[in-house]
Amino acid sequence: MNRTTVDRERLGLNTELVTVNMGPQHPATHGVLRIVLTLDGEVVVSARPDVGYLHRGIEKICETMTLHQAIPYTDRMDYLAPVVNNLGLAMAVEKLVDFQITEKCRVMRVVCMELGRLSSHLLWLATAGLDIGAGTVYFYAFTGRERIMDLFERMSGARFTVSYGRIGGLARDWEAGIERDILKVMDLTKDAISEVDKLLTRNKIWCDRNQNVGPISAEDAIDLGLSGPNLRAAGVEWDIRKAYPYLGYDRYDFEIPVGEHGDCYDRYLVRMEEMRQSIRIVEQALKEYDPSGPLFPTDPASQKVFLPRKDRVLTKMEELIHQFIVATEGPKTERGKEIYFSIEATKGELGFYLVGSGTNVAHRCHFRSPCFVNLQALPVMVEGQMVADVVATVASLDPVLGEVDR
Amino acid sequence: MKVTRPKLSWWERTYFPAILKGLAITLSHIPKIKKRVTLEYPEVRWALPPQYRGAPILLTGLDGNEKCTSCKLCEFICPPRAIRIVAEETSLEKEKRPKEFDIDMGLCIFCGYCQEVCPVEAIWLKDEYEMADYDRTNLIFNKEQLLARGRKPPYLPGREKPLEEPK
Ligand code: SF4
Ligand code: SF4
Repeated sequence: MNRTTVDRERLGLNTELVTVNMGPQHPATHGVLRIVLTLDGEVVVSARPDVGYLHRGIEKICETMTLHQAIPYTDRMDYLAPVVNNLGLAMAVEKLVDFQITEKCRVMRVVCMELGRLSSHLLWLATAGLDIGAGTVYFYAFTGRERIMDLFERMSGARFTVSYGRIGGLARDWEAGIERDILKVMDLTKDAISEVDKLLTRNKIWCDRNQNVGPISAEDAIDLGLSGPNLRAAGVEWDIRKAYPYLGYDRYDFEIPVGEHGDCYDRYLVRMEEMRQSIRIVEQALKEYDPSGPLFPTDPASQKVFLPRKDRVLTKMEELIHQFIVATEGPKTERGKEIYFSIEATKGELGFYLVGSGTNVAHRCHFRSPCFVNLQALPVMVEGQMVADVVATVASLDPVLGEVDR
Repeated sequence: MKVTRPKLSWWERTYFPAILKGLAITLSHIPKIKKRVTLEYPEVRWALPPQYRGAPILLTGLDGNEKCTSCKLCEFICPPRAIRIVAEETSLEKEKRPKEFDIDMGLCIFCGYCQEVCPVEAIWLKDEYEMADYDRTNLIFNKEQLLARGRKPPYLPGREKPLEEPK
């Protein structure tokens, strides 16, 4: 893997190792990541990622409040695709309390998940390009992402921290005709992706900066617990959407892109292809979308999980009482029941481990965040490489420090 | 599905095509310059959708009193505990009303839960998003401030008429 070795003896140089801190306030570390690098000249001898600068104790906070209240906190984990976290937690709680969502809600969630993936990958593309010096890409990718943010604003009322998932459904229904606008945005996103593709894929400078940089073998990737696009770039075909389908992903026709070399360039190609596949899924899902269906189930047994409809609360006494009961006592979990539920988030396997307490507060909440696990592969990838490649490798790993530290 | 690496031709390996193609794409955007994607904020503001989640405010009923009945459901549900309510009795039909009602905008995360649970639609997330201040204590809005903000017409932090939509 070593691209360069300094033969000190032969050169007769008296060199010594230098330790430098990259970060935590470094623009190319995507947040507050500190990497302690030991350098021999320009060659990295060891790299030690140091995390925890953004630790807020989200898991513990979520244990102090009802599971319904925990949803906005998940926004602040992977803040590049908040909707994916919201829906992940909502689905985990639904598994804990055995709840079935409606068909319309399922379709809407699939679309939201894939829009979240697109927005996150577009931001990755923008910043990874910028880190390596391809500044133009930044603007095209961000323009594409902006359109998706506009869609989220129309769906949920917020652009960024959407808090759109709710246990049992979604925060609000889509306005009429938004599905046409989503399709329009998908067409524009396709154009944006192909434009970036034209700029970068066959660009000799981009190839030089990415090919054979930060490589990892498939065995190492599995041993280190990598997941998501980083694992697939190393040549392992593993996607939870296919392996353990949730939200009916098995009905959709899409492919898992797999790389070969596990270097930055393959990670780039895999993510680009994933975006195209996401657009395919959105288009297929929107064909099934039926605006007239119910967002929440109507059978009486499931009414204890989500808030009743607002117009009924304002006019009917029983629903008003019901509103108070649901808001304060929420979905009751079974005492001691444990579940683990994982989804293919934008960065990899996002897992939720919940233990019921007999009330609507979880006894234990643990989130398996993909970025935290992915980051531990950094030393394997960069040791023996040049110091400038560390920037490219960190960018291609796509860590979000909000999720690493939680 | 395996992603394939392109094989670069000798011409592409000279770096020139990368530069020329990049220039061509940039130039092809010049005719589209009229379709701007950025705004000159704060002179121009973007059109907010009606469901936009800005600062929470209190609404006034038709009788001129606050609608809130001090049921404290929003205080309970607020995830970061940004709301503080002190209730008192009143001779009005609703029998109870808030003596004090504080929302700490420094804590509020604009999640909209308070609006979602309020049984009388007394608290509402308005379209106000400019609340920066040099002092955190100024960010704690009391009942009068919240009601005053609720009476203001929409879209206008401190202005008289709605700003025109961006072209
Ligand atoms: S919007 Fe959310 S954080 Fe803000 S006051 Fe309402 S419930 Fe609390
Ligand atoms: S939920 Fe509504 S009525 Fe109850 S205290 Fe809050 S604002 Fe007042």
